[in-house]
Amino acid sequence: MAELVWLIPAFPLFGFLTILVFGRRFGDPFAGWFATAMVFASFIASVGVYSDLLGMNEEDREHIENLYSWVPVGNLQIDLAFLVDPLSITMCLFVTGIGGLIHLYSIGYMHGDDKFSKFFLYLNLFIFSMTLLVLGENLLVTFLGWEGVGTCSYLLIAFWQTRESAATAGKKAFITNRVGDWGVMLAMFLAFSTVGSISYSVLNNNAESGLLSETTATGIAVLLFVGAVGKSAQLPLYIWLPDAMEGPTPVSALIHAATMVTAGVFLMVRINPILTVAADWVLPMIAWIGVITALFAATIALAQTDIKKVLAYSTISQLGYMFLAIGSGAYIAAIFHMVTHAVFKALLFLGSGSVIHGMHDEQDMNKMGKLFKYMPITASTFIVGWLAIAGVPPFSGFWSKDEILLFALGDSVALYVIGIITALLTALYMTRMVIMTFFGEAKWTSFANEDEMPEVSPGEEPVETHGAHGEFKPHESPIIMLIPLVVLAVGGLLAGLIQLPSLWGVPDSAEHQLEDWLHPDVAFGEAEIAGTWADDHVMLLVIIAISAALAGILLGWLIYQRKRVKAWEPTLFANGWYYNWAVSWFMGNPGREGFEDVAIFDSKVIDGAVNGVGVAVREVATTEKKTQSGYLRQYAGIIGIGAVLLLGWFVVVRGIL
Amino acid sequence: MIAAIEPTWYLVLASVLFGIGAFGLLVRRNPLIMFMCIELMLNAANLTFVALAVQLGDINGQTAVFFVLVVAAAEVVVGLGIIVSILRRSPGTTADDLAELKG
Amino acid sequence: MSDATFLEYVVFFSAAVMMLGGAIGVVIFKSPVHAALSLVLTLFGVAVQFVALEAHFLAAVQVIVYAGAIVVLFLFVIMLLGVDESIDLSIEPIPIQRPLAAVMGVGLIGLVAAAVVRARDALVINPGTGLDVAGENAGQDANIKQLAENLYGDHVFAFELTSVLLIVAVVGTVLLTRKWSKADDDSVERFDS
Repeated sequence: MAELVWLIPAFPLFGFLTILVFGRRFGDPFAGWFATAMVFASFIASVGVYSDLLGMNEEDREHIENLYSWVPVGNLQIDLAFLVDPLSITMCLFVTGIGGLIHLYSIGYMHGDDKFSKFFLYLNLFIFSMTLLVLGENLLVTFLGWEGVGTCSYLLIAFWQTRESAATAGKKAFITNRVGDWGVMLAMFLAFSTVGSISYSVLNNNAESGLLSETTATGIAVLLFVGAVGKSAQLPLYIWLPDAMEGPTPVSALIHAATMVTAGVFLMVRINPILTVAADWVLPMIAWIGVITALFAATIALAQTDIKKVLAYSTISQLGYMFLAIGSGAYIAAIFHMVTHAVFKALLFLGSGSVIHGMHDEQDMNKMGKLFKYMPITASTFIVGWLAIAGVPPFSGFWSKDEILLFALGDSVALYVIGIITALLTALYMTRMVIMTFFGEAKWTSFANEDEMPEVSPGEEPVETHGAHGEFKPHESPIIMLIPLVVLAVGGLLAGLIQLPSLWGVPDSAEHQLEDWLHPDVAFGEAEIAGTWADDHVMLLVIIAISAALAGILLGWLIYQRKRVKAWEPTLFANGWYYNWAVSWFMGNPGREGFEDVAIFDSKVIDGAVNGVGVAVREVATTEKKTQSGYLRQYAGIIGIGAVLLLGWFVVVRGIL
Repeated sequence: MIAAIEPTWYLVLASVLFGIGAFGLLVRRNPLIMFMCIELMLNAANLTFVALAVQLGDINGQTAVFFVLVVAAAEVVVGLGIIVSILRRSPGTTADDLAELKG
Repeated sequence: MSDATFLEYVVFFSAAVMMLGGAIGVVIFKSPVHAALSLVLTLFGVAVQFVALEAHFLAAVQVIVYAGAIVVLFLFVIMLLGVDESIDLSIEPIPIQRPLAAVMGVGLIGLVAAAVVRARDALVINPGTGLDVAGENAGQDANIKQLAENLYGDHVFAFELTSVLLIVAVVGTVLLTRKWSKADDDSVERFDS
């Protein structure tokens, strides 16, 4: 079954090609069902390969499926090959699984949009690129997928391209990603020029057996980290993610929460041997960038009013946690948190999409409130997601976040403290969000639907959602959108089971299942915490984490529900610490000067040199032209002189012939 | 009785003739006189051939002269035809006026 | 190598004077007719040298063909075109030409003479074979016999080709100098003025 791994990307590719040709004829909703079926088929293929791997011994769980020799050029031998091992299959499972659920959701969400088929076209292309990314056996196949998801991200963010803000956001995402891609490309060149191969097996084996020099490993690790920073929206390249909320909500759920942004984390885990043999400052740098980003984004999320922007900054913050895990050597915890985060963040985004849909495209939380009554299922699943992300047991987020903090403490106390503070802020802003949306006072009776005239003639029975005279009621979403919410809610509750820590009360057989599964992939790089102070006091850390979460929830309840404590939302946070403004200012003023100087250099020096060659040739030719006088006798004279010289050389220099 | 004068003298004489012919070719501008200088050079070559035929005892030298003579005749025919064509159009043309190769 | 008799020296030098004098005359004379007549003198000198070198047949052919046909052709052209007026020799449009030509001429003569003189001892002379022996054996027309055997034996193919060459030359020249009628295509270059 493992040989059929190529089916995993093949199904969405087939879906893409078919919708490309027949999309318009399929129409709404058949194109959606077709695309969803393709992704679920891919999911079934992933399950098949997974079960096949389960049947093998732990050491054998690595299978390389070589499709064909892609670049056979002398020393450079790159194959289009897939690497089937626990890590890639784990990624495939949740990418295709959550991807399928989101496809299902989109059938309901995008109903009525006149570019319905195109949406699913891009979504299938995205799933194809993402599976290619995670299944790649070498950096080039991964890079192909990397660029593919970047392109799909651009296409999908700017899906409603007639909106200026959407088009700009798409461009911003693509360009910022490109800065990261530059790092990945340089890493590939470096790997090839030093090691001679860009295949993961070769690089990782070299790192493990000590053949990879420290400078090379540092170079590759840092450059790939630059790519990860761009793709996974860390400081300083995070600015595209909040703007990416201009895209439809399913896009935000799939790409900017569950899958694409995790590609950076995946890449780091994939090359964990290289990270281990790199210079000593590389891993702490990754951890610090991760944790600072987490804190930074959490503060901004505290002051946002757009429901999707809160979730966007929350995503950046949680990705920061994952990088903190990588930096502390906790690769399994990073993957664990990636999986749980994918489930509950997708749940939260889809839930917010349901809210937006029910509120008729209203996204400002100030205009919501008391929606629990009108959207009970949406609200309940949203609450499951809220508790998961806040880190309340037994929901999945608690287990994964706790694991990360455990390893962070094992690395440095400062990292742990900032992690705990961020966890508190996370709980706080999520509570704020839930209260403002679903509880509290209903602010929509007067505001909502201002630009939507009631389509009701007088005397007719008003439809449930439209009242006469501008009054409206929010409504629950159709069942096709609710099914994925429920499924994801169950996942959010149960996902923690895959990696239970060794705590009192947990049976031994259920412990650390994810760790055992992923062990062969991360054995070399995984940090050892057994025996450290952190490991001995696991229970204490659990209590601290739970208290931080509950404190945050309590604080949020006090501020926003009870209005006992004044809300602290400074404009600094609301404006994102003026980061966007700073980048624009820099590019517009000093940056522009620099660019213009480079342009002048290019036109004067480089063009001047090239044109100068032509000018020089012309000048020389004009001078040489004077020898062509046209006088036959002069030509004959020169021939004669030449003959004399030749003769002279033979007679004088060489002696008589 | 073969000439007792050493053939080397004839060779030197021929080279002098050739040199004078070459000099004349370069200096004179009238096309007809330039042609005559070419004839001088050809004759010098013929003299060389015959002298070497005597020195080496090989009749092929004289055969070569035979052929040179024929070719010279043919060349004169064609060359004078061209000169006639040019001079017919403008009688005072010199070699310097035919400067279309000027670049 | 036997000593040459006095008569032979006289013949040699007078022929040489004729040759070189005629050559200088061709170069010097302003009028083309005078130059043509100097050319005749040169050719005659060459013919005398041929006789001295025992190439009797070639001497005859030289006089008949060169002096008798080619120079006559030159004179025909000169007379027909009426270009027999004197040319001014003092002006020279190309400044460098005369010194250049002088250097070239002197260089050529000097180098070739040097080469020849130095190689004098290197050339193999086989007494007892070749022209003199054949001449003694064959009798009166030895030269013609030898020439004929060589020409029609070893070089018959080249001989045939030269006849073709002559025909081609004649046909070509006739075409070249033809006067085209005015009714012909404009693209054909006219040789009538």
